[in-house]
Amino acid sequence: MSRPKMKYLVGGAIVIAALAGLVYSGVKESAVYFYTPSELNQQKGTVAGKSLRIGGMVMDGTVKWDPQNLLLTFQLTDGQGAVLVRHKGAAPDLFKEGAGAVVEGTWSPDGYFRSSTIMAKHSEEYKPPVHPETLESKKEMFKSILKK
Amino acid sequence: MVSTLGGFVLFLALGVTIYAAAASVIGARPGREDWLASSRNAILVHFCLVTLAIFLLEYALITSDFSLRYVANTSTRGSLTRYKIAGLWGSLEGSILLWEWLQALMGALVVARYHDKHRQLMPYVQAVLQGISVFFLLLMAFAVNPFARIFPIPPDGRGLNPLLEVTDMLVHPLLLYSGYVGFSVPFAFGLAALITGRPSEEWLTITRRWTVVAWMFLTCGIFYGGWWSYRTLGWGGYWAWDPVENASFMPWLTGTAFIHSVMIQQRKRMLRIWNLVLVTLTFSLVIFGTFLTRSGILGSVHAFADGPVGVMFLAFLSVVLLFSFGLVAYRADQLKGHGELDSIVSRESAFLLNNVILVGICFTVFLGTIFPLLSEAVRGTKISVGTPYFNRVAGPLGMALLLLMGVGPLIAWGRASLNNLRRNFLKPSLLAVAGTIALYFLGVHEEAVLAAFLFAFFVIATVSFEFVVSTRTRARSTGERLLEAFFALLLRSRRRYGGLIVHLGVVIAIIGIAVSSIYKVEREATLKPGETLSIGHYTVRFDSLAAGERPTHILVWANLMGLKDGKPIGELTPGSRFYPNQQTPFASVDARYHWKEDLYVILSAFERDGSSATIKVMINPMISWIWIGGGVIVLGVLVAVLPERRLALLSVRARAQEA
Repeated sequence: MSRPKMKYLVGGAIVIAALAGLVYSGVKESAVYFYTPSELNQQKGTVAGKSLRIGGMVMDGTVKWDPQNLLLTFQLTDGQGAVLVRHKGAAPDLFKEGAGAVVEGTWSPDGYFRSSTIMAKHSEEYKPPVHPETLESKKEMFKSILKK
Repeated sequence: MVSTLGGFVLFLALGVTIYAAAASVIGARPGREDWLASSRNAILVHFCLVTLAIFLLEYALITSDFSLRYVANTSTRGSLTRYKIAGLWGSLEGSILLWEWLQALMGALVVARYHDKHRQLMPYVQAVLQGISVFFLLLMAFAVNPFARIFPIPPDGRGLNPLLEVTDMLVHPLLLYSGYVGFSVPFAFGLAALITGRPSEEWLTITRRWTVVAWMFLTCGIFYGGWWSYRTLGWGGYWAWDPVENASFMPWLTGTAFIHSVMIQQRKRMLRIWNLVLVTLTFSLVIFGTFLTRSGILGSVHAFADGPVGVMFLAFLSVVLLFSFGLVAYRADQLKGHGELDSIVSRESAFLLNNVILVGICFTVFLGTIFPLLSEAVRGTKISVGTPYFNRVAGPLGMALLLLMGVGPLIAWGRASLNNLRRNFLKPSLLAVAGTIALYFLGVHEEAVLAAFLFAFFVIATVSFEFVVSTRTRARSTGERLLEAFFALLLRSRRRYGGLIVHLGVVIAIIGIAVSSIYKVEREATLKPGETLSIGHYTVRFDSLAAGERPTHILVWANLMGLKDGKPIGELTPGSRFYPNQQTPFASVDARYHWKEDLYVILSAFERDGSSATIKVMINPMISWIWIGGGVIVLGVLVAVLPERRLALLSVRARAQEA
């Protein structure tokens, strides 16, 4: 093998090894496992400390917001199982009951999911609203602080 | 009416485009100039037809013709006209039409500019560009017709997502698409060079400006997207390594690699195959990114490409890759370069390394983006990798690039002598080390930030020395004034100095990224009227909650007083926007932007009676350096590509001012 070819090979091998190392450590550090609420319920024992992402629907009537302690709690469900989620901080804009959400965090041995991030889902498709909400009805909501 | 006409125009355009491609190929034979002329006319007709289609859709959007499904989806009677216009790129069908229009524009521009030049290459350049248009027209004819009807006709449309009803929506998508489409020109010339068996340096020389301008649009689009996200989305960040963002970043990386490797080929006749591969990759990544973000493949990890759009993009991608790499293999014997790498310590080797790193970053971003698909296919578990993965992988590679940015432009071609190294790099290295040590004693202790500053100082120093020394040398030898000599220099080697200015811009942006991501702080608290929240030097006092009617929504906002070291610095009014027919609110961020640090406030929750509000406050240090860096990059590109006359004018003006 000629010398310049050898040079390229050695250089290439070093670069690939460095890349592989970076990717390996990156994946190891930040791998996030995706579960549905019912899958999480089955594997509660084995997931302590792992980074998890749980996707499901925010169950109707379960959202509670404690402004003094900045604590948001709700149940996330996939229709079969449900998981209690506690999140430090206010809900993001698109978060609402009955809509899809993905939470990221860890399973706490005390029996709830400790969420660090909530990703609310938004659909791009056109659906006519069931109860049309007009500007007037929104005004009604805030009449106590609305400026005349 | 519009629906029928629009559909007809698109079908007509499809027919004309197929004809144009075929006629171009026939016109490639010697003596068949008549066919070539006919194909050129067809290309112009194609452009006019697609322009007409755009006008038709815009007409429907502006007049709120909800018999079109697309208009009902992206427009509403109450919207301002400019957002009705922006509805054209507010959703899939319209954005494909816009893309095809830009593609048709490129085809027409190329024909207008080169119709009497490059007799061998042009027929195939035209054929490739028209071939791409055929794909988009087919897509609209069979899968995503922007003129499709809806029945029953709704009384009002849903309108754009309120997040898109901002001025940025009028700018950002256009920039990004122009960048995407622009790369099809060097791609078409590369393929034409392969088909005609002239894969030398000719196609690179012709397309240099096209490539750089396409790169500038893509860069602008990416920076603008970050700026938009930061100012309006209300999470205090600008980049989340989301698949949509990665889809624009990957072609940027290979495009950047291409711009650099072109210089080696032109100088040393090396890397011919590599450049063809890079330009193909860049174009393919644009298509792949669209496939990724439009097929729903990542949004819902289960479904593989629901709807025909994803499959069609995938099919097109396969055709592009098979055709290009097949041609490269077919012409392999002609593609052997003549040059050789003489030494590891040389400019070509620095550029080579820059290419390897850029493509390496692209590959790791690619891996991270499709990781959920890979892990499910290989191990059956859904694993995704988030921001930490990307930061960990791209961070060190980015640092290496930063270092190379200082080395590459000044190290000698061929084999750098010790003398060359000492002259160009000794002082900058010493300065960089001294500056970094100074920072350490000023209290900067984070390794990542220190490393970023070390390399950044090095690049700034090398570039500044280059400017100062060259200007002084020229002034001395010609007797010109300094400013005059400076502009004369810029004028004489615009490519080189434009490139150096781009590097400065990148460095400024990287400083902003490093500092803001490591030193940002945030606090959140629920306040009653009169209560305060302190963060760093700043204090925010919550005075009252108010609501008001806006043309399209109700705005609820908190009246806050911002204080710095106890002194009032002004009111801040972060809010929440409530739209009719939207069940969730949208943030309305308020901030005090400053080159040193931004004070960024969000109203994250409130009691409807005004008794309390939950306020999130962030301090983002030096984040505006990112946007400033973006501006400097654009300036650099303009210096590199603007016609000589413009710059001559500038230098005349400078001379007049000095006199």
